[in-house]
Amino acid sequence: MGVSLTRAAQWTTATSGSGKLESTPMNEFLLKKILCFVEQFTSQHPQEAEHVFEEPLQWSTTLVASDFQTGYDVSDWAVQSCEKDSEGQPLLQLSPPNVYVRSFGQLSKLVHMADERKLEEVRTCLEENRDPIAEILGSSFATKLDRDEVCLDVLSLKDEVKEEGSAADSSDVKVKLFAVLQNMDKQILSQILGEISEQVRLDATAVKNEVELLKQFCSGGEKKVLKSLRYTSDFEFPNGCRAPPWRQVLGEICYLVIEPCDTETLYITSSTAGVFLNEGRKQEGDESGYERISDIYKDLMTLLKSRSPHFADNINKQVFVVQEPLTIQRIPHVELVDGEEQGQLQKSYEQQKKNVLEKPKQQHTSNKAGAEKKYEPCLRWRNLGLLSKCGAENTKPSQSSGEKKKRLRPGAKSKIRGEFTVSSSPRCLSSQKMKTSAGAVHVEFFSESSTESEEEEEQPERRPESNTDLPSEYWQIQKLVKYLKGGDQTATVLTLCAMMDFNLMQETCQLAIRDVGGLEVLINLLDTDEVKCKIGSLKILRKISHNMQIRWTIVDMGGLQSIVRILDSPVKDLKALAAETIANVARFRRARRTVRQHGGIKKLVKLLDCVPNLADPSTNLEKNVEVARCGALALWSCSRSTKNKEAIRKAGGIPLLGRLLKSPHENMLIPVVGTLQECASEENYRTAIHTEGMVKDLVKNLSSNNDELQMHCASAIFKCAEDKQTRDLVRKYKGLQPLVSLLGKAGNKYLLAAATGAIWKCSISLENVTTFQEYKALEILVRLLTDQPEEVLVNVVGALGEFAQIPTNKATIRKCGGIKPLVNLLTGTNQALLVNVTKAVGACATDKDSMTIIDQLDGVRLLWSLLKNPSEDVQSSAAWALCPCIENAKDAGEMVCSLVGGLELIVNLLKSTNNEVLASICAAIAKIAKDKENLAVLTDHGVVPLLAELTNTTDDRLRRHLAEAIGHCCVWGSNRASFGEAGAVAPLVYYLKSKDSSVHQSTAMTLYQLSKEPNNCITMQEKGVVKPLIHIMGSDIEVLQEAAAGCVRDIRLLALANKKACLFI
Amino acid sequence: MSAMNRKLIQAMAETISKKVEHFNKTETECLIRKYNVLLREQADPGRAAHGLERGRFRGILHNIFGMTDDMIMDGVFRAFDKDNDGFVSVEEWIEGLSVFLRGTLDEKIKYCFHVYDLNGDKFIAREEMFHMLKNSLIRQPTEEDPDEGIKDLVDITFKKMDYDHDGRLSFEDFERAVKEENLLLEAFGTCLPDSTSIEMFEQHVFLEQLEQ
Repeated sequence: MGVSLTRAAQWTTATSGSGKLESTPMNEFLLKKILCFVEQFTSQHPQEAEHVFEEPLQWSTTLVASDFQTGYDVSDWAVQSCEKDSEGQPLLQLSPPNVYVRSFGQLSKLVHMADERKLEEVRTCLEENRDPIAEILGSSFATKLDRDEVCLDVLSLKDEVKEEGSAADSSDVKVKLFAVLQNMDKQILSQILGEISEQVRLDATAVKNEVELLKQFCSGGEKKVLKSLRYTSDFEFPNGCRAPPWRQVLGEICYLVIEPCDTETLYITSSTAGVFLNEGRKQEGDESGYERISDIYKDLMTLLKSRSPHFADNINKQVFVVQEPLTIQRIPHVELVDGEEQGQLQKSYEQQKKNVLEKPKQQHTSNKAGAEKKYEPCLRWRNLGLLSKCGAENTKPSQSSGEKKKRLRPGAKSKIRGEFTVSSSPRCLSSQKMKTSAGAVHVEFFSESSTESEEEEEQPERRPESNTDLPSEYWQIQKLVKYLKGGDQTATVLTLCAMMDFNLMQETCQLAIRDVGGLEVLINLLDTDEVKCKIGSLKILRKISHNMQIRWTIVDMGGLQSIVRILDSPVKDLKALAAETIANVARFRRARRTVRQHGGIKKLVKLLDCVPNLADPSTNLEKNVEVARCGALALWSCSRSTKNKEAIRKAGGIPLLGRLLKSPHENMLIPVVGTLQECASEENYRTAIHTEGMVKDLVKNLSSNNDELQMHCASAIFKCAEDKQTRDLVRKYKGLQPLVSLLGKAGNKYLLAAATGAIWKCSISLENVTTFQEYKALEILVRLLTDQPEEVLVNVVGALGEFAQIPTNKATIRKCGGIKPLVNLLTGTNQALLVNVTKAVGACATDKDSMTIIDQLDGVRLLWSLLKNPSEDVQSSAAWALCPCIENAKDAGEMVCSLVGGLELIVNLLKSTNNEVLASICAAIAKIAKDKENLAVLTDHGVVPLLAELTNTTDDRLRRHLAEAIGHCCVWGSNRASFGEAGAVAPLVYYLKSKDSSVHQSTAMTLYQLSKEPNNCITMQEKGVVKPLIHIMGSDIEVLQEAAAGCVRDIRLLALANKKACLFI
Repeated sequence: MSAMNRKLIQAMAETISKKVEHFNKTETECLIRKYNVLLREQADPGRAAHGLERGRFRGILHNIFGMTDDMIMDGVFRAFDKDNDGFVSVEEWIEGLSVFLRGTLDEKIKYCFHVYDLNGDKFIAREEMFHMLKNSLIRQPTEEDPDEGIKDLVDITFKKMDYDHDGRLSFEDFERAVKEENLLLEAFGTCLPDSTSIEMFEQHVFLEQLEQ
């Protein structure tokens, strides 16, 4: 019990007072086990049950005198057990609220009596008796139990106890009791151990990666899911933790402050057990701020999802793949292969040589990693063993326990020495780290999460089961690698050339090279001075790096750094090969980060600069172009990371890419345009693309003969055409026609998706729509509404929505039979698609004839049901689409009425927190309220107070539609007065101060409606409505004039009536 | 240096530079001077020198171009010494350097093949290759036959380069293999200078001498 309590139980970390047992599943489990043990104690160990405790267990109980029945002396409120000890003291004594228990027999009786509250009793008992063993058996026993769980045998203890001279018979029982307790302890521990190992153990790197990932969501304009996210401390310990050392001891890793978009700021602690909210430390040295105030979540994402509905909704929309922390099966694996090899080859000379070669290299890298860190902790912290903590199994600072163990158990020397050295001297630490570095370092790096869509994930390795299955290539390659290891430059080059003759694109060969240790050698060659060896090695690496596992291994071995370094070489062949290899390797995030962190982006950008040198014409131009092409390829791969995009820009890559864009060679253009379109997701690239005049070249290449090039160009235009200037440029350079003609290539879906995307974005400019019409784009687009993948559909429908802004186009869509497929798409699930479809349907609904068709197809019902969609974007765009539907449908009132629960749904959406949703719903309500019966239903559902509640908004768009909705709702019953009572009038008056004239218009109308209620007039006048209204009367719009004048008239009339009334009285 | 001598050198440079592709007249002149310097250093006072003799030439290869392999250096000497008289004359010197320093791939292929063809029979035989590669692998003390690795390497190379399968490398075999994979140009030992030593040598000969 002792050990499981101290080690396994999770105590709250209160700094003052007694700790509480947290209500975690594990504690729950622990308590149940102990309870069960106590309950059965009397029956299983009757003799021990009678043993009297050294000290009574005392705690404040919920039991009262009446709970005690036979076998107890109950007097008023106090209770004594009839059972007494040898000195006549009762074994149980209750003097509320405290209870004193002195034997297991009584304990188990008490537990039985407590019945439903028994778990609670056990919890309090344990909380108030932090060391129950000491109280039961006396402190000398307790320490023994605590100190060493297993190896001391009970018999020797018995001797000891006898020597101590205590009463022999009682000590016998005591020892038995001790053994029983110890047994139980062991049982519980072993059961809990299973649980513990299943629990998430976060480590610093995992937390860091997640934070990095989340940071990316803090940007991105409207789509951002978090306002901000920061660490409380910039200082990072070498173990990756940011918490101060005395908190690290408790397993805490770092503290974060996160501002979600919709709730208050969250103060978060990341610890090895998970993440939870803390109280937020107000000032330095205030320890209470660390206290946990929420449940423990397994990671930040889960915590945020539960705390911020906005985050939960939006995070799903971000296209990303969270990779599970990848385990490091690979490294042991490699070693395993080595082992096999040794078996087959004897312990050969080169084996040793390789190991010798490898060790210094590892040391080198680990040293370097250390040197890169700016901060180093002082030795004291190192000695505390903090450095080894991260990732290590035991969470306790190991010095003291390590020492103790060593003294106690000299037998288990080797294991302890490891532990001991970690804590004793920093030098030993580094040496030990070196031994484990491969493992440890990689574990850290592997737990990587990533946002990129084209990310690769680790797959289980496919390897031949046994040696008998190995293909002949394996043995041949093994032989070659042997010569590679033992050969001089000449032999190495010959061997490399021989190796190139294998089919290096074949997985068997790729993995064979890795498995026989060839990859290390190839990578080592990169660090030599021999140009030919480097060329040969890279020629092989660039091929085998098409294999994902090889890529991972190259990066693990630090090969990417060497390759990046080669980019500086004066030999052009080398540069080109290195860049090409990087293009292959940098397909996953960690590799891209490595390239960036080692200055690779700058070097790659430099490769792009291949302007023909006037002094040295033609001879080297071809090679320069090849180097630039490979550079562009590498940048293309690297540009999938946002930070790399930024790094490319900073390194001056954009103008160089712009220059290469004028190249006549397709194989140059593809990587260049590929990079550009990848980067065009960033605002400043889009600007640069049109300021650097790249649109012209992009448009030109739309007419190339190469599908891939066309696709990348279209995709670049798709991304850039968010910007009006770019759209105009595309038109100016006659890019619209080629875009339309790309629609003919329906076979290539990627190309089609890019082309339709470009058309969609370009059609946002109405001039472009007119041009598109000349090429009959609309007809083709409508045909594409069926049998296309969603990626294409989203764009096609988006384009239709834009085209439908022009009235004649609506008719065209209808005539081409576009309405039906559009309405059919309303049943889809893709949110991006739904937003576009609702928009397009809404646009079509403004056409009466189209509306008839929509109505026939039950489109309104479908739209209405989309209001239930979890995405706010879909909700609002569906609501917007409903407005023209209601306006244009025949018998709109009846139609709305027929939708069961529809009005209630609409009214409930007024509780949304999203202004766009609110505005759209208000607009819809304004339309619905034109029908008296429906208005009555709306009123019944409580639309008035909900609308009134919204009036305090400052969003002009919402204000306009809200005022309109209120205006229309006034017409029913006593709604005018209700609005006044709900305090909607005063804020409306302030709307007149808004700068938006459309707000003025709807507000003036609404005020006119409201002014028919005398009380509202009084409020209005109090708030000074007359002056702005008189101002509005001077407007050019007749309706507005009329409304303003009408309102003033009502106020005037009331004043007059009031005066008259006064006169008569 | 006397005016007479200078004129002589200029005339000689004039004629030689016409025959040699990669050097212009001034460069040729510089190389002639360099040759003369090297010759003077070597010559015994009593004897008139015919040209650079083998030992001296190897010294140059070793000191200036960092070559170490005796067999290869002998090969290089053979390639330079076109008339096989045991001396590198001034013309041979310049013609040789023209390929050595600035040769095109084709010229270099010819040159390298010449270097590797140890016995001058226009073929690289298995034995020759073995001879050239015999020091290229670190010997395993555990191997029963210490030469087994080399033999295997020769086999591998033959499999790769002997296109007509006649058991020896003809010039055509060699040329085709190198064209396919440029790395095989110096397949059996470094016999061309690397770019840095070329640069240093040229700088030393062309620039510094002009300054004099």
